[in-house]
Amino acid sequence: MPADGGIGASPKRREDVRFLTGKGNYTDDINVRGQAYVHFVRSELAHGHINSIDTGAASAMEGVVRIFTGADFESVGGIPCGWQITDRFGEVMQEPAHPVLAQGKVRHVGDPIAAVVAETYEQARDAAEAIEIDISELPAVIDMKAAVANSDVKVHEDLISNLCYDWGFVEENRDAVDAAIKGAHHVTTLELVNNRLIANPMEPRVAVGDYNSATDDHTLYTTSQNPHVIRLLMGAFVLGIPEHKLRVVSPDVGGGFGTKIFHYAEEAFCTFAAKACGRPVKWTSSRSEAFMSDAHGRDHVTKIELAMDAEGMFQALRTETYANMGAYLSTFAPSVPTWLHGTLMAGNYKTPLIYVNVKAVFTNTVPVDAYRGAGRPEATFQLERVIDKAAREMGIDPIELRRKNFITEFPYATPVAVEYDTGDYHATMDKLSEIADLSGFEARRAQSASNGKLRGLGVNCYIEACGIAPSNLVGQLGARAGLYESATVRVNATGGLVVMTGSHSHGQGHETAFPQVIADMIGIDASMVEIVHGDTAKVPMGMGTYGSRSLAVGGSAMFKATEKIINKAKKIAAHLMEAADSDIELKDGQFSVAGTDKSVAWGDVTLAAYVPHNYPLEDIEPGLEETAFYDPANFTYPSGAYACEVEVDPDTGKVDIKSFAAADDFGNIVNPMIVDGQVHGGIGQGIGQALLEQAVYDSDGQLLSGSYMDYAMPRADDVPYYTVDHSCQTPCTHNPLGVKGCGEAGAIGSPPAVVNAVVDALQRAGHDITHIDMPLSPSKVWSAMNS
Amino acid sequence: MYAFDIERPSSVSEAVEALKNEEAQALSGGQTLIPTLKQRLAAPEKLISLTGISDMKGICEGAGGSVCIGGATTHGEVAEGASAYPALAELASHIGDPAVRNRGTIGGSLANNDPSACYPAAALGSGALIVTNTREIAADDYFEGMFSTALDEGEIITEVRFPVPECANYQKFVQPASRFALVAVFVAKYADGVRVAVTGASEDGVFRWTDAEQALNADFSVDALENLKCSEEGMIEDMHGSAAYRAHLVKVMTKRSVGAC
Repeated sequence: MPADGGIGASPKRREDVRFLTGKGNYTDDINVRGQAYVHFVRSELAHGHINSIDTGAASAMEGVVRIFTGADFESVGGIPCGWQITDRFGEVMQEPAHPVLAQGKVRHVGDPIAAVVAETYEQARDAAEAIEIDISELPAVIDMKAAVANSDVKVHEDLISNLCYDWGFVEENRDAVDAAIKGAHHVTTLELVNNRLIANPMEPRVAVGDYNSATDDHTLYTTSQNPHVIRLLMGAFVLGIPEHKLRVVSPDVGGGFGTKIFHYAEEAFCTFAAKACGRPVKWTSSRSEAFMSDAHGRDHVTKIELAMDAEGMFQALRTETYANMGAYLSTFAPSVPTWLHGTLMAGNYKTPLIYVNVKAVFTNTVPVDAYRGAGRPEATFQLERVIDKAAREMGIDPIELRRKNFITEFPYATPVAVEYDTGDYHATMDKLSEIADLSGFEARRAQSASNGKLRGLGVNCYIEACGIAPSNLVGQLGARAGLYESATVRVNATGGLVVMTGSHSHGQGHETAFPQVIADMIGIDASMVEIVHGDTAKVPMGMGTYGSRSLAVGGSAMFKATEKIINKAKKIAAHLMEAADSDIELKDGQFSVAGTDKSVAWGDVTLAAYVPHNYPLEDIEPGLEETAFYDPANFTYPSGAYACEVEVDPDTGKVDIKSFAAADDFGNIVNPMIVDGQVHGGIGQGIGQALLEQAVYDSDGQLLSGSYMDYAMPRADDVPYYTVDHSCQTPCTHNPLGVKGCGEAGAIGSPPAVVNAVVDALQRAGHDITHIDMPLSPSKVWSAMNS
Repeated sequence: MYAFDIERPSSVSEAVEALKNEEAQALSGGQTLIPTLKQRLAAPEKLISLTGISDMKGICEGAGGSVCIGGATTHGEVAEGASAYPALAELASHIGDPAVRNRGTIGGSLANNDPSACYPAAALGSGALIVTNTREIAADDYFEGMFSTALDEGEIITEVRFPVPECANYQKFVQPASRFALVAVFVAKYADGVRVAVTGASEDGVFRWTDAEQALNADFSVDALENLKCSEEGMIEDMHGSAAYRAHLVKVMTKRSVGAC
């Protein structure tokens, strides 16, 4: 049993004390003296030409400070995109302008047209209603295939079509894959939709802009997962503010799930308007606004084909996906259906030939970008669904078919350009079989049948690429950013430490888990370590938190910085004990000289660093503070096997999840309790996608599921008690902690398990149903059973 | 939310007087009206709160053993206090969530007549009497379609009287997002006949499924419903279910109600 607080222990999350007692400091808790409030006038139409905007009457209303329109932003840049894709013909993607406020056209319901800054929020809303806007409605571009087939109506007139890019991967394999599929013993084909989701973090977005005219300093308080990224994108590309005059602060953030990675127009607006108005400007998103302005997730329409030989060995895989970009390119949108999706199409299997085609499409909908898993859930869903269908067509047990094709030797270079360092897919499947009691399924099915319910079992595997990412690699792939991470470790004179990390916690528990690593390295209590994050004025330039990267990349930077600290501290200790540096050992917070009983405590050494009366000043500087930037050598590859059992009510089509088991391999684990929680939350979101959630647009581009009255979030009674296990551990070989990341696994691995289970239940009951598109609402399941 | 004034009368007569103001709007538990105001979809100048009128609150036993519920009685109070009519108490205990049940009132729900609300099914299914400041309206004459009732302008539901049946049961199949009724059925068996009321399903709001009532009057059993089919004509069709699905659910929920009765 590890010492309380070290690696492998599960201390309770220290940050929860303030989160759960109302003492958190969320962005909306921040109020700056003299602030005014902004209300955005948003388009009610999906697509239209703006003929005129008359703000005259509104400007004269009580409390109005100033009204802004697109014309006020003509002299600044647009919202930039952070990733450029090169298509299968070698051309760069079509990249439209994205103004802070609409210029000339509105392109989705929720597109901001004007903004009213007033003394109070209600006055801003009152004045907003008095603005007269004349828009000529245009036909809405909604259906992706139609949008590509016919670009008579274009979302962006200055582009040649509605196609952002046509990406092929690996393009050189295209003909070989075609040939292999043509000549295969059996080809299983599946057409499916990966439903559009809205992340709905508990805390809506907030932005507060502040400007000090005396110093020319700008400050933006914002709900961001990566304040330095916002500072760089907004400062350099939108507003032209040098980074040393722009501070971005993201304090406690109430959930992100990806949707708070991106740089949003409202952030640029508040920063710009604070200077223009000469006073702080605050925006707090309403939940209704969040539905139509937070980037959405997923929204792929896919056809996948799996070719097999007579024994069920996978020969080739071909997928063709239409990926919705929405009306503008959100920060990382182009990377999601390409490099975060195509590179995962090998899954856990030795498929020798793979070709992935992705057509990214502009539509008159809210921009789509990364959402928990980002591309990897879309890859896993189609792959694990087509394997399940293939197993049924081939008459092979679905688990057996997977096992036959498992990759078993590592490192393994896939045909889609990534190299898995470690993994043991049989081990996780064995573990799953045990914890899910798969052998007891038939008995449980009989029990369900006696209650008039149709029981089904769905099993699948997943692999993901986390710890994004080697900067030189992603640079070649089109990223306009590096994806290293940073940490400064500052040791205080009395031995306590402060870690300034570029990672950002918006619920992950870094303040608890990160100190466990340092406590373990030095042998001190974790309570001696404090984590500081979320403020560009305090922490070194970091890239933030997404893609399950915090511990694998940010934790590694912290590890490297702490190693530097320890090396220097050993030199000081050696001096204090009059020994050679190389003889100094650190254990349990004590420096000792090997082979002797001489020792000095951690606190003696840290004090000496800052009170250097007896100190090797000729060799080393006083003080104890180190910074490290860590750029990973590879992605990490968490993997696992999931099982879901459902009961379908044949009378209503309602699906009840009876059990859900997850056997994950996350490599080494720092805090098992937090990992359990991450898996629970991820599976909950995956069940949400599989059974409940869907953003629905009508053909006019109206968002029909624009509130919780129609957008179904999973609730406590929609999910079962989970059985999770992460005892299968093949440590990552290329980061110092051997960790892989666990934040997205649940959301990646669970949707196919649920759908596989429902299809299994229906087929066992004699229904000729091979697929139902998510969400598997009672109505859809019943309709499938009765069509 | 637009600015408004609020009055809190303590008697029905004061409330009636206050509601004569053309710009006045009655406010009961506010579980529909307040969200509507917050979205600026309504702009009453004056709200007349009915929840301070003690005469309109509480549960008592009326003539012939009926259960009388004051119009401003919350769902939570009905869930706790209507033990003389267990099916009604059970229905009230599943409306919304605890916050809704501690605010929302029976009078507010019936006056609003949301096509997916629970109380209209109980009132129509029980043949309840809707008592207002001016008259008594039989449930059969009260519901006039989606969000539409027999109430006149300024008329207040002061009490609802439920005759207690031999047995009754309410089965709600929830819409996954809102958890309002996608389709819900209230079945009540009285000495003089069976009533079957359906909410959530129809574009005309709550309705009685008379075919089922006839079949159950002849034979109060699940089997008696086997050969019936609820027509899908006029059923609501939306992203949560087709008209055919809703019509199908009417039968399923009716069978379950009868089975549980």
